[in-house]
Amino acid sequence: MATDVHRPVSSRTAQAGQATQASPAAHAVPVPQAVHVDGLTRSFDGRAVIDRLRLDVRPGEFVALLGRSGCGKSTLLRILAGLDRDIEGTVLVPRRKAVAFQAPRLMPWKKVWRNVVLGLPGKPDRAVAERALKEVGLDHRTDAWPKTLSGGEAQRASLARALVREPDLLLLDEPFGALDALTRIKAQRLVGELWQRRGCAVLLVTHDVEEAVLLADRVLVMDGGVIAHEQRVDLDRPRDITDPRFAELRAGLLERLGVDTAAEAA
Amino acid sequence: MSISHAPPSSPEADISLKSGPENPTTVDVVPLLPSSSRRTRVPRWLRRTTGPVLLLLLWQLLSSTGALTADVLASPGRIAQVGGDLIADGSLTSAMGTSLQRVAAGLALGTLVGTGLALVSGLFRVGEDLVDAPVQMLRTVPFVGLIPLFIIWFGIGEAPKVAIITLGVTFPLYLNVYAGIRGVDAQLIEAGESLGLSRWGLVRHVVLPGALPGALTGLRYSLGIAWLALVFAEQVNADSGIGFLMVQARDFLRTDVIVVCLIVYAFLGLLADFIVRSLERLLLQWRPTFTGR
Ligand SMILES: Nc1ncnc2c1ncn2[C@@H]1O[C@H](COP(=O)(O)OP(=O)(O)OP(=O)(O)O)[C@@H](O)[C@H]1O
Ligand SMILES: [Mg+2]
Repeated sequence: MATDVHRPVSSRTAQAGQATQASPAAHAVPVPQAVHVDGLTRSFDGRAVIDRLRLDVRPGEFVALLGRSGCGKSTLLRILAGLDRDIEGTVLVPRRKAVAFQAPRLMPWKKVWRNVVLGLPGKPDRAVAERALKEVGLDHRTDAWPKTLSGGEAQRASLARALVREPDLLLLDEPFGALDALTRIKAQRLVGELWQRRGCAVLLVTHDVEEAVLLADRVLVMDGGVIAHEQRVDLDRPRDITDPRFAELRAGLLERLGVDTAAEAA
Repeated sequence: MSISHAPPSSPEADISLKSGPENPTTVDVVPLLPSSSRRTRVPRWLRRTTGPVLLLLLWQLLSSTGALTADVLASPGRIAQVGGDLIADGSLTSAMGTSLQRVAAGLALGTLVGTGLALVSGLFRVGEDLVDAPVQMLRTVPFVGLIPLFIIWFGIGEAPKVAIITLGVTFPLYLNVYAGIRGVDAQLIEAGESLGLSRWGLVRHVVLPGALPGALTGLRYSLGIAWLALVFAEQVNADSGIGFLMVQARDFLRTDVIVVCLIVYAFLGLLADFIVRSLERLLLQWRPTFTGR
């Protein structure tokens, strides 16, 4: 059963749409949300990887998601992207959403700019792609074949492909995982800037606590199939990693990610 | 010890000189030459033609010394002369035309059937259940074994010949296109879905381009088999074509004509291969390939 809930979410995010598998308890959400997840369960072979999970993301909010490897972060992201419908519970996501996967996943048989505009409605315009590529600093590789891109370039192309869709929700699955330290810092800065300019809600999956504290309004720790911990980050932007409050938040989160977290959350 | 070859910015040379503190003077340094200087100066085409030319010379030598008699194998000179005569009186060109037509018709039909079936069973699960099992079963029947049956069904005109070629072409193409479709990276399909592509959009932008390398491999196999099928088909009940020329020549012990026909077969095969290679270069530009050293 799929119910479309057309309701203005905010002045900027046009509409919340597409409730995949709305439960009978799909009650009105008090605050407008870009993402509203309630009672979400996803099992693989009888094992619940996500177990009655709750999650709300405000429009324009930057949320980082941490958690042990294999705890279900990518699974959650795929569900929010609408790529996995074998679920129970309520999921409300914006109609316009875009994903950048951990691996760039560019179509190798399409030139970079054609990859960027792939799937856009109507006849895609090269200028649109060029603009998006310029935003990620890749306008000189517009006509390249994806296989000739460096790892970092491919990930930026993938990011441009997500951004060109002007999403209300941007889902990023460890997009900087394969980058060297310097490119990584540049890419983080880029995402921060683009987010501030575009004002879309972002859910960033990452393994890097520092990255999470640097970019996010709110850091979530996933464990045991639920959001086990939540940490606001009220530092001013641009953030300074040498700030003692930054170090404090980082230390707290690292502790949360430690072995004894599970017992505490249960 | 020469380190003149070492690139100026490379730290390796320094490190290797420092390592081995016991006797630092005897480090075994190997020059890594740039690949261009390792190439021989002889141009590639010359290197590639030397072998065949030497073979030809040896053959001519054996023939003119009488070690190789004409009823075993005619000499290259004789073959060239006969080839010239056959072209001059038009019999070779008309035979070639007929044979080419048969191959073209069989290839076109087989491509249509093979890719059609592969698309049906590759793209739809229902199609797979219906099509794949029978095709896999038929595939195990050696297609030349069907010639007698085809003659009974289609008579002795063009139809059985084209049918045999069609059959031979269909299976390798089916297998490769099907495997190509099923081998498309699921992650790319998921990415396409996340970009909002429709079902047809996925097929057009992700599945088919992804299956193209496999399809072209299949086409190359098919072409090889098409010539083979042609040879078989034309040696049974033919009254025209290269195969017919060969059968005739056999009856008159004309080894020279037979060799001319074989050369024509080889030439046509090379031409077909060239066409597929050009197609691959054109359609698979996106794929960086290993070109050998
Ligand atoms: N298609 C599937 N079939 C069976 N099990 C699956 C499938 N996909 C994921 N899983 C399991 O679900 C769990 C969560 O996987 P997921 O990919 O969401 O982890 P993750 O949190 O993203 O981990 P990582 O940080 O390593 O990327 C894992 O135990 C994984 O083995
Ligand atoms: Mg993951």
